Amino acid sequence: MERGDILLRIRDLKIEGRVEDSWLPILKGINLELRRGEVLGLIGESGAGKSTLGLAAMGFVRDGCRFSGGTVEFEGQELTTAHRSVRRSLRSSDIAYVAQSAAASFNPAHKLVDQYAEFPVLRGRMTQAEARADAAKMYARLQLPDPNGIGFRYPHQVSGGQLQRAMTAMAMSCRPKLIIFDEPTTALDVTTQIEVLAAIREVVAEFGTAAIYVTHDLAIVSQMADRVMVLRYGEMVELAETRQMLTTPTEDYTRSLWAVRSFRAPVKAEAAKGAPLISLRDVTASYGKVDVLSDISIDFHAGRTVAVVGESGSGKSTVARVLTGLLPPRRGEVSFDGAALPKVVDQRSKDQLRHVQMIYQMADTALNPKQRLRKIIGRPLAFYLGLSGRALEDRIRDLLAEIELDPDTFIDRFPSELSGGQKQRVGIARALAADPRFIICDEVTSALDQLVAEGILRLLVNLQNERGLGYMFITHDIATVEAIADDVVVMQHGRVVEAGRKEDVLSPPHEPYTELLLSSVPEMDPDWLTRVLDQRQGARASPILPGST
Amino acid sequence: MTTKSETMRLLRSAPPTAVFGLLVIALYVAVAMFAPIIAPYGEAEIVGGRHEVWSDEHAFGTDQLGRDMLSRLIYGARNTIGIAFLTTLLAFLIGTALGLLAATLGRWADQLISRVVDVVIAIPALIFALLLLTIFGTSLTALVLVIAVLDSARVFRVARSVAMGIVTLDFVEAARLRGEGLVWIVKDEILPNAAPPLVAEFGLRFCFVFLSISALSFLGLGIQPPLADWGSMVRENATLITFGDITPLLPATAIALLTVSVNFVVDWMLHKSSGLKE
Repeated sequence: MERGDILLRIRDLKIEGRVEDSWLPILKGINLELRRGEVLGLIGESGAGKSTLGLAAMGFVRDGCRFSGGTVEFEGQELTTAHRSVRRSLRSSDIAYVAQSAAASFNPAHKLVDQYAEFPVLRGRMTQAEARADAAKMYARLQLPDPNGIGFRYPHQVSGGQLQRAMTAMAMSCRPKLIIFDEPTTALDVTTQIEVLAAIREVVAEFGTAAIYVTHDLAIVSQMADRVMVLRYGEMVELAETRQMLTTPTEDYTRSLWAVRSFRAPVKAEAAKGAPLISLRDVTASYGKVDVLSDISIDFHAGRTVAVVGESGSGKSTVARVLTGLLPPRRGEVSFDGAALPKVVDQRSKDQLRHVQMIYQMADTALNPKQRLRKIIGRPLAFYLGLSGRALEDRIRDLLAEIELDPDTFIDRFPSELSGGQKQRVGIARALAADPRFIICDEVTSALDQLVAEGILRLLVNLQNERGLGYMFITHDIATVEAIADDVVVMQHGRVVEAGRKEDVLSPPHEPYTELLLSSVPEMDPDWLTRVLDQRQGARASPILPGST
Repeated sequence: MTTKSETMRLLRSAPPTAVFGLLVIALYVAVAMFAPIIAPYGEAEIVGGRHEVWSDEHAFGTDQLGRDMLSRLIYGARNTIGIAFLTTLLAFLIGTALGLLAATLGRWADQLISRVVDVVIAIPALIFALLLLTIFGTSLTALVLVIAVLDSARVFRVARSVAMGIVTLDFVEAARLRGEGLVWIVKDEILPNAAPPLVAEFGLRFCFVFLSISALSFLGLGIQPPLADWGSMVRENATLITFGDITPLLPATAIALLTVSVNFVVDWMLHKSSGLKE
């Protein structure tokens, strides 16, 4: 591919962040060259410094950080030492930034088109009327519905995927030479993500804009980027053309990133048999007058994992709320071990409560920040099993050992002194402390890096094998489903679309919605996006519309 | 590791304003505690003529009854600060308990408590206090209770809004799912997390209580003679201002200095609890 001259040159860039009274290195000497029209993918775990590097490309550091060496040259202009007015004018015209949360980046008090027009008009490039016409054109390019009208809506009046595209449109308003995308699709459902990815890729190619695409998702980076840089601990691990990186990574760390997706729990051959441990019968539940679950029936068996998948708003978390008794169903029944379970949590006995435990998505908020691990894990032991003194201490230590945390080091720590993965392990220990028979896992790995997430999945699978636990695994990530599930339930609009053994649900023929969901999951193949879009284009022409609901 | 070294580190990181505030507060507390030892004369002892000027015997002169001004200032610290502290503490016990309960229980319990509090807040505090003190008499107990109840309404609103944010967090839900009772949820899950903003509010509220006691004393319904109190001391000696004597300003300055100092410390603590750096 023919490329232009070098647009951005980063040399031996070092950035430090302030912790208490000392400065710790975040980036330890990064070298990088970006040509006009080129898309570079930055990938790494959280804390690798990829967002910091993305911001540094605009000559910007977060509060509490500073440049401590090296240069960032944009079109020959050195940015790290430039006056802030220079950087500001560059940032509003030549460099643009698309953040992870579009909802937080738009001003909720102004219409989309007014925010689009702000910079071009301010820079005197367009009049207000021209900017509005330009916005409509750009919205159309990004395949937003009703491009002439959508700009007159407020940010809360469009969906998350649309907002993310409107944000990309806004970044294009001054026709920048460089756009930084910082995890622009991480907060979106897979079915929405694919549209945003396609739109971004198209518009970047059309205007010949160079881009830095920051993400932790390998499959996505392989769709978007010409070259990929792998970062770890603020250092570059590897840099190569995307295809070459995918097929022949040279570094061990890169290979380990690639390998994570291949984790598979041992397959349980036979289908579920015997009486279910816990089951939902014809459950309808509603918030106010709106039904969020309609006639749901799901069985959960001991020793098996049921993955409940679907996009946000499909009602999968509501199933958990009904099971735990936080949301009493309007109709239908929840039964445990053949006996009906009281609908409201307050009416359940201690034993009934003990047997159904929950692990949360955000370990940060699921653990009380003011309690030490001793209390967090010890409380269920004291509360349900009446342990105290020596017996309590021993049991806490056993549980810590079971989740692979050293008891002596960790027992008196606060949650804030743990890493994300360790916190999630403590969440698991708290659930185990109750000695339950069924655990609800609500998106337990989605906030974690892939390597860490894999560790958590392995732990859960081991615990299941040892204790014969039943799991309900709420997730939107098909890779997780493939790794851990025995049975799969696909949900949409509060209904069960498809249910059965994993092999049956995940292999064709599919229900149309399942098909849409599955085909939207990014794959590691660089041609995946193009292929899926072509297929859908073809399908649109034919009378059978997958997922046209 | 130990709390002692943590406290030391905390103090070292304090900005000069907070250090100043802490020193002044420590001084006030010391004066209040050791008043009988420090004060040259008794609290209600008549030791000279009326309105004597500043002299070696009476550093700040004497008041309208011939009592030593410096001694009264010192005893005033004890009365004014002691009563204000007691009142604020009481206001916090009531307000925090109700606020956390309202947030945790929600629904009708929240509605009931919140609306009652709205009614209390709707009436200007000073006028309400004057009204209640006229009804219940001007005993010290009545004074403390009336101001504590009125101020607990303000504390309630802070406690409730802080707790509202915490109640929605997953660890509270986890405690509910475990089957924990109301007392555990409020005391062990919510209170420790609500504490930092409440402590900051305590300092602020202390100032308000302190000022309203002084204001009530100035109006004659607060701390009653012969107890020394800064608010009433301003009033009693107010006439001296006409003669260009700054003595009546001394108790006023004492009030102002303490209020400013407490606010310095509160600002710093608010800053700390919000997790901001410089």
